[in-house]
Amino acid sequence: MKMAGKTAGSTRSADVQVTFLHRLVLYVMLLAMVSLVRAAVPVPDIPLPQDAKQCVQPKSIMRREHFNFLYHQRDETMRRGIRTKRYSLVNCVSCHAQKDAKQQYIPINEKGQFCSSCHEYTAVKIDCFECHATVPVSKSAGQ
Amino acid sequence: MKETHYSSQQQSSPPQTDLSKRKWIGGAAALVALSPGLRLVELAAAKPNDQPASSAVRWGMLVDTERCTDSCTACVDACQLENGWGKGSTDESRSRATQKAHWIRKVKLRDRETGKTHILPLFCQHCENPPCVDVCPTGASFKRADGIVLVDKHICIGCRYCMMACPYKARSFIHEALHDQRVLVPRGKGTVESCTFCVQRVDRGEQPACVEACAKLGNKALTFGDLSDPESAIAKQRTEVTSRAIRADLALNPRVRYQGI
Ligand code: SF4
Repeated sequence: MKMAGKTAGSTRSADVQVTFLHRLVLYVMLLAMVSLVRAAVPVPDIPLPQDAKQCVQPKSIMRREHFNFLYHQRDETMRRGIRTKRYSLVNCVSCHAQKDAKQQYIPINEKGQFCSSCHEYTAVKIDCFECHATVPVSKSAGQ
Repeated sequence: MKETHYSSQQQSSPPQTDLSKRKWIGGAAALVALSPGLRLVELAAAKPNDQPASSAVRWGMLVDTERCTDSCTACVDACQLENGWGKGSTDESRSRATQKAHWIRKVKLRDRETGKTHILPLFCQHCENPPCVDVCPTGASFKRADGIVLVDKHICIGCRYCMMACPYKARSFIHEALHDQRVLVPRGKGTVESCTFCVQRVDRGEQPACVEACAKLGNKALTFGDLSDPESAIAKQRTEVTSRAIRADLALNPRVRYQGI
């Protein structure tokens, strides 16, 4: 801002200072808020399948509907014995489970893994894995 | 008639049940002529994955107690490995022996008068009129179209009414969190479970694990197949030999029959 003359100068420069301070405070507060939110809930970095390039449905649909698919499939399989792969939980796990450095499967519900990372972020508890296997191959012998 | 129970798990000694409840075997053993052509045939075909279980099929089992031996636990072991309980699991380490899973047990029966003993594997009898299904308040216990009685653990609330209702003591309850379940056999804390006739194998055209293990050993005490198919080995065998339902008086029409008792 340009100062016009010496007489009005003092009042005008006071105006300028207040505005600048306002802006500064606002900016600092905003920055603090954003960084606080970011620190509390980091957007999950979801590990993606190594081999498969494509899910059974587009990402946008899977994000919203995956549970409906699973829910429907669970009744079809359990009650009627229909064992199609497409929406089966076993199929999800076999694609999405990651391997560690020793080529061993990491349980899919472990922290940072595919299912848990997103469910933690959205604060939705899943109980699938209280019963279902968390890795695509049975840990002990048999089957 | 006196009976003792044992299972293949070392530490476990399954619950001793009161005798009056267990008079089901009846009096003297029936005279039975052994069927000459006992042989294991493969099931006709795998059910296509996209097809539901059909009510045209009626799965059943025939147990020849004369062929079952005292020391053998092959069927129990195979079941544990296939379905991930007992020896097939590292879980259930804190449950008492009487609380642990028992999908299949070997039961020994002795005739008080003659001293003759019978050894038989006991598991879910897959009744046509299953009392577990009758009493279940949630609809979790149900019978599939092909006659296999299952627990839908998604909706089981663990009330254990079905365990009380089952005259065969075939069901057990999971008391603790599990971690190493089999991929195709989900099991979990707070739900009831029992023999499924290895539904995951049957659906792909295989025999239940116990039947396969028994046959592999050469004992061939177990025959599994479609009771509705007159050409199946089990249907033929049932026309040739005398077999009994345990607790036939309850009119549950179990799909598991025993010959030689
Ligand atoms: S324990 Fe589960 S399956 Fe058994 S009666 Fe209760 S809800 Fe039904």
